[in-house]
Amino acid sequence: MYVAVKGGEQAIARSWDLLAASRRGDPRLLELELAQIREQMRLAVARVMLEGSLYDENLAALALKQAAGDAVEAIFLLRAFRTTLPRLATSLPLDTGAMRVRRRISGTFKDVPGGQILGPTADYTQRLLDFSLAQSGAEADCAEDHDPLPHPLPNVLDTLAREGLIEAETIPVGDPEPPDLTRSPLMFPASRPARLQNLARADEGWLLGLAYATQRGYAESHPFAGEIRMGEVGVSVCPPELGFEIDIGAITLTECQMINQFAGSKTAPPQFTRGYGLSFGEAERKAMAMALVDRSLRAEELGEDQLAPTQQQEFVLYHSDNVEASGFVQHLKLPHYVDFQAELALIRTLRQQAADLSQQETRHD
Amino acid sequence: MTERQWQYNFGFLDENTKRMLRRGLLKAVAIPGYQVPFGSREMPLPYGWGTGGIQLTASIIGKSDVLKVIDQGADDTTNAVNIRRFFARVTGVATTTRTADATLIQTRHRIPETALCEGQIMVFQVPEPEPLRTLEASEVETRKLHAHQEYGLMHVKLYEDIARFGHVATSYDYPVLVNGRYLASPSPIPKFDNPKLDRSPALMLFGAGREKRLYAIPPYTAVESLAFEDHPFAVQRWPHVCALCGSGDSYLDEIITDDAGHRLFVCSDSDYCQAQRTLQEGMA
Amino acid sequence: MTRPILSTRGLCKDYGNGQGCFDIDFELYPGEVLGIVGESGSGKSTLLATLAGKLAADRGQVRFLDRDGMAHELTCLPEAERRRLARSEWGYVTQHARDGLRMNVSAGANISERLMALGERHYGRLRERAGDWLDKVEIGADRLDDKPSAFSGGMQQRLQIARNLVTQPRLVFMDEPTGGLDVSVQARFLDLTRRLVHDTGIAVIMVTHDLGVARLLAQRTLVMQRGRVVETGLTDQILDDPQHPYSQLLVSSILQA
Repeated sequence: MYVAVKGGEQAIARSWDLLAASRRGDPRLLELELAQIREQMRLAVARVMLEGSLYDENLAALALKQAAGDAVEAIFLLRAFRTTLPRLATSLPLDTGAMRVRRRISGTFKDVPGGQILGPTADYTQRLLDFSLAQSGAEADCAEDHDPLPHPLPNVLDTLAREGLIEAETIPVGDPEPPDLTRSPLMFPASRPARLQNLARADEGWLLGLAYATQRGYAESHPFAGEIRMGEVGVSVCPPELGFEIDIGAITLTECQMINQFAGSKTAPPQFTRGYGLSFGEAERKAMAMALVDRSLRAEELGEDQLAPTQQQEFVLYHSDNVEASGFVQHLKLPHYVDFQAELALIRTLRQQAADLSQQETRHD
Repeated sequence: MTERQWQYNFGFLDENTKRMLRRGLLKAVAIPGYQVPFGSREMPLPYGWGTGGIQLTASIIGKSDVLKVIDQGADDTTNAVNIRRFFARVTGVATTTRTADATLIQTRHRIPETALCEGQIMVFQVPEPEPLRTLEASEVETRKLHAHQEYGLMHVKLYEDIARFGHVATSYDYPVLVNGRYLASPSPIPKFDNPKLDRSPALMLFGAGREKRLYAIPPYTAVESLAFEDHPFAVQRWPHVCALCGSGDSYLDEIITDDAGHRLFVCSDSDYCQAQRTLQEGMA
Repeated sequence: MTRPILSTRGLCKDYGNGQGCFDIDFELYPGEVLGIVGESGSGKSTLLATLAGKLAADRGQVRFLDRDGMAHELTCLPEAERRRLARSEWGYVTQHARDGLRMNVSAGANISERLMALGERHYGRLRERAGDWLDKVEIGADRLDDKPSAFSGGMQQRLQIARNLVTQPRLVFMDEPTGGLDVSVQARFLDLTRRLVHDTGIAVIMVTHDLGVARLLAQRTLVMQRGRVVETGLTDQILDDPQHPYSQLLVSSILQA
């Protein structure tokens, strides 16, 4: 007998309860505190802040807790909250050259002014499960304070730029206001500021895969990691009614400057080109992937063939947002009875016609 | 009536965002069928689940509106329940399931069977606003095709369908030409509903949140479903009537009732079906 | 007196590195087939694309006379107008079938597309016209529902001809139409094209690196070298008595072949 799809409200309320219970897990165990997530899951927090486009470690930790650790869901929660926030001020451009550097490495020179600074990285660990972490309570060794790092630390690429070996980073004519992709739709062809904004918010997995593809031949970019730096950068605003700058705090950033194959023409001598990546927190994988994809999306501007999907703006930028992608992929869960019924009716008609036709043919034989 | 949550602005969106959306809607009404890009906001519901429709509804809903929300023609499907509850919480306006009583109807995949009248507004949730998208992936290209009204590609598709199947093999989201100018997607409604768009007294608004486009069909605008002279447009018909209300002219859902594959056909429009039954009970 | 359907004065497309085409002057009359011959890099394809408005000219004029006798200056034509002319007055046959055909739809759809773009909405009539044209280009109406990918290279090029000529354009651009074909297949294609062009009275501008191809099709030929026209005249005249050393080289090479 036909069971009406009534009672939707009740069913939904019940599913909320089940979700909350699943999130909490075994109630005999201590509940996670936001400070624990913020301090001990800092890379997950950084990803949620970055792709959620909101630098707030506590809110990102809350989103991660609410999403039971699902990064994409946490990003979605943070984004939906962010959209309701008023815009109080726009920060002045950040100066990553003035960064309080905690890590800075270059893959292009054996030594650089200021030296290679490894900082907190898993790069040189052996990836063996550390069973001492299985027991809580073990005290971590406090890092000893070494000589203070030189500050500010010059950027490696500046040396090349002074020689004219790498393209200059010049402010575009008129220094136009960059677009805000959370306020105005992405339109094509997308300017580099719009592209970089999209890539900064882009899903890390998507960027990583695309970046990897550029290295394996789906684009031609021949990259070198010119410089990767991580540390704290001051943020300041200059309210027009006050007319002077106010320091409002500092955020952790990772910046990657890739040096890529040179371009040149009859009129311009060959120069290395740049790919740029920037992320919140300690997020080197994301910043490097972003720099590779940024460079491959510059194909048109640099007069290169655009044969690979990684060079096609629409392909890369339209599919980079994991909140959009996750929603649309999963919307297939929603009822589609009506359209499916339409397809059923159609396919039955077509099959009936085919059957009639073959029957007629048999009769003619 | 649900109590409105005062922590949020009326309709969830801030007033500047609503103004931006309404400017977009005015443009859309002025150029029927043209897809207006807009600064779609991130909503507390997933993309693909009606964020475009929700934003449009939020931008035009007023305190005196009566809201109906349907999905698959029914008021009680989970997503419709969810969206109706959302608006109840952030606006506190009256909601209804009765088509005739509603001033504003947000829908996914159907147009109600009860004829709409002047003053009513339909808001459609649109997953893919570009009717040419499956034929041409690039947005830059499709915008050019619209600008130059070059719709040969769509006709090629219809030709090819007839050559292969003897029919146009599109049963929902059937492309329409609005006001003789813009090719548009009617959203994934079954083609059964397409004739209801033509010269409707109601205002039809379409919102695609993820794709950041909105468009409109103003009241009494000509909406033509593409076809050939010798293969005219036709809607779905069933050899059955609704098993619940006996209606023979409504769109039917097919329900599998047991493991032996027995089926039942019932109205997809739950309000219409209920009204028909009430009418019969009254007469009995 | 007949007026030229297309005339150019001082046409230049300069890529800035010595490549492009420079100071091109010629006139094309209705029903005439003009060959543009030169080796690769001589600027002949650039010239063709510039004439058809696919590339923006840097200097000079291109005047086109439509079927109503109205003149259009193509170098400053708005995009919408250019597209209208491309739909209703011109055809474009490319070297690679995949650039000129829709490979994923049937031959019938390929031929019908331009008719539908001009407003034909009767499926039966579309089928009939498309079938007629498949017969005319010796593919056969029975292949109406086959996709071009099932066709040989020669058939694909003939399908391009049918797809373009079905709307009776007045001018067809051909870019190395025989470039990818074997010599034996070329001959059939050229023979057919010559017949159809003659019957329909359309004008053709055909780019080819092969003077032999020009000989079979073109009444008049421009010889191009390094972006410039070095010799122009009746094709037979150029073959019999080439004046420019480069034309002499081209002629001697086909005589040897």
